[in-house]
Amino acid sequence: MKVGILAIQGDYEAHAGVLERLGAEHSFVRLPGDLAGLNGIILPGGESSTHLKVLTEEGLFDALKQFAANGGAFFGTCAGAILLAREVHGPAQASLGLLDVSILRNGYGRQLASDVHAGKTKLRKEPLEMVFIRAPIIESVGKGIEVLAEDSGHPVLVQQGRVLASTFHPELTDDTFVHEHFLKRIAQ
Amino acid sequence: MKSNGKGEETMDLMNNNLWRVKVGLAEMLKGGVIMDVTNAEQAKIAEDAGACAVMALERVPSDIRKEGGVARMAAPRVIREIMDTVSIPVMAKVRIGHFAEAQVLEALEVDYIDESEVLTPADEEHHVWKHGFKVPFVCGARNLGEALRRIAEGAAMIRTKGEAGSGNIVEAVRHMRAIVGQMKKLTMLGEEELVHEAKELGAPFELVAWVAKNGKLPVPNFSAGGIATPADAALVMQLGAEAVFVGSGIFKSSDPAQRARAIVKATTHYKDAKIVLEASEELGEAMKGLDIRQIEEKDLLQTRGW
Repeated sequence: MKVGILAIQGDYEAHAGVLERLGAEHSFVRLPGDLAGLNGIILPGGESSTHLKVLTEEGLFDALKQFAANGGAFFGTCAGAILLAREVHGPAQASLGLLDVSILRNGYGRQLASDVHAGKTKLRKEPLEMVFIRAPIIESVGKGIEVLAEDSGHPVLVQQGRVLASTFHPELTDDTFVHEHFLKRIAQ
Repeated sequence: MKSNGKGEETMDLMNNNLWRVKVGLAEMLKGGVIMDVTNAEQAKIAEDAGACAVMALERVPSDIRKEGGVARMAAPRVIREIMDTVSIPVMAKVRIGHFAEAQVLEALEVDYIDESEVLTPADEEHHVWKHGFKVPFVCGARNLGEALRRIAEGAAMIRTKGEAGSGNIVEAVRHMRAIVGQMKKLTMLGEEELVHEAKELGAPFELVAWVAKNGKLPVPNFSAGGIATPADAALVMQLGAEAVFVGSGIFKSSDPAQRARAIVKATTHYKDAKIVLEASEELGEAMKGLDIRQIEEKDLLQTRGW
C-alpha cells in the first residue's frame, strides 16, 4: 500500500512525518504522473485557492477526479477538506466534489480565532486534540456523510465511502490516530 | 536567560497552544509565495496568481530606497481594504521595536505581523517582545544568532533579510547559506562546545541546544530580500528556504500578474528544472536591480536590527 501527499503548497512535510512514524510508504504528488501506483492521497493544509490554481494549471484537478473514480482513497485536512467539498463558500470556488458537504472558508474568522481544542470522536473513548488554523466550517452534510467528530456544534471529522476529511490538523499533533484510521480505510 | 518578567523561560514560552497555532499558520504557508502589495487591486492580482498570503505595506522596498523619508506601517484603511478583498492571510509590516504599531495591527486583526528592517526602525536597541501578542510575528535574520534571538522574543517564523528592494539575490543567498551552515555545524558539536557557541552566537543556550539536536530552526525558515525571477525562487528553495517572500520583484516588473504566476509555479516545482524553465519563458522585463557593492553602507536595509 502506498499513499501520496499532494505537495503543491502547505504542510505536506508534516503529513509525511506522520506516515514516516507509522511506517507507511508514501511519496509527494506534484504532477498527474505522480499518482501512478498510489492507493490513497492526502490533501494537506495550506491555502486552498493556491492549491486550486496549481491543480488546474498542471491538469491535476481532472487527474484527481479520475483517481477517485478508479477507487483511490482521499484524506483532506483543512484546505484539503475544502478541495474535497461539494460546495464552497466565503468566497465560492471550484472543488473536486468528492464529499457531500457544504463548507465555509475561514469559518471561525482570521488567525486570532485559531485555537486548539480537545474534542470527542465516535472512533474511540479518548478525545482528539484538534488544532484549528484559520479553519473552515462544515455548514451542512448530505445523507451519505458519517460525522465522526463535532466541535462547537459543527462536524469537524467526516467520512463518505473512501473519502475522509477534517477541518482541523491531526498532522500537527503527536497523535497518529486519524492517519491510522485513514490507512485502515484504504486497506479495506 | 531572557524572561518575560513572570519567570517563564524561553522553552516554556514555546510550549503552549497559542505558540502552536502561531507556528501552525507558518506551517500552512510553506512551499508558497508571499507577495508584497500596496493596495487591494495588487492584492487581488497576487491572490489570483496563487499567492499563499500577501504582505501589506505603504511602499515597496525599491520605492522606499528611491524616495527616502521615514517608512512606516501602512495606513489601516488600506490594510482593511486588502483584508476585505482577498481570502488568503494578510500580513503587514511594523517598524522594528514599534510595539504600538503592532498593537494597532493586532486590533485590526491582521494574520501575521512582519517586524521589518524595510521600514525605518523605531528603536535602535530593542525589538518587540512578540510573546506578548496573540497575532504571530515573522522577523528577518542574516545569521543563526539573529534568528534565534528573534525566536527567543517570540517570532514564530524567520525569513532571511536579503537586501530588500535590490532585485539582487546575492544577500538572500548569503543569509540562507549562513543560517543553514551554522545549523549544520551545531549538529556536530558536543555539549560543552554548545555553551561556547551560544556565547558566540549571542543566542539563548536552550535554543542553540534545540537546533543542535534537531538540525533545523524550531520555526519555519523562509527566504526574502532580492527574489525577482522564477529561478531565484528555485535557488533559495533548493538552498533550504521553506517558502519565499517577493517584494518589489513582482509589482516593479513589466508583467506583474504573469511574473507572480511564474514565481508560484517555480516555487512549487523548485526541483524540476523543466517546469522552472517553462515558468521562465515568455516573461517580460524583471525589475532592474542593483549591484550590492554600489549601495552605500548607510543605505543597506539588512543592517537594521541586531
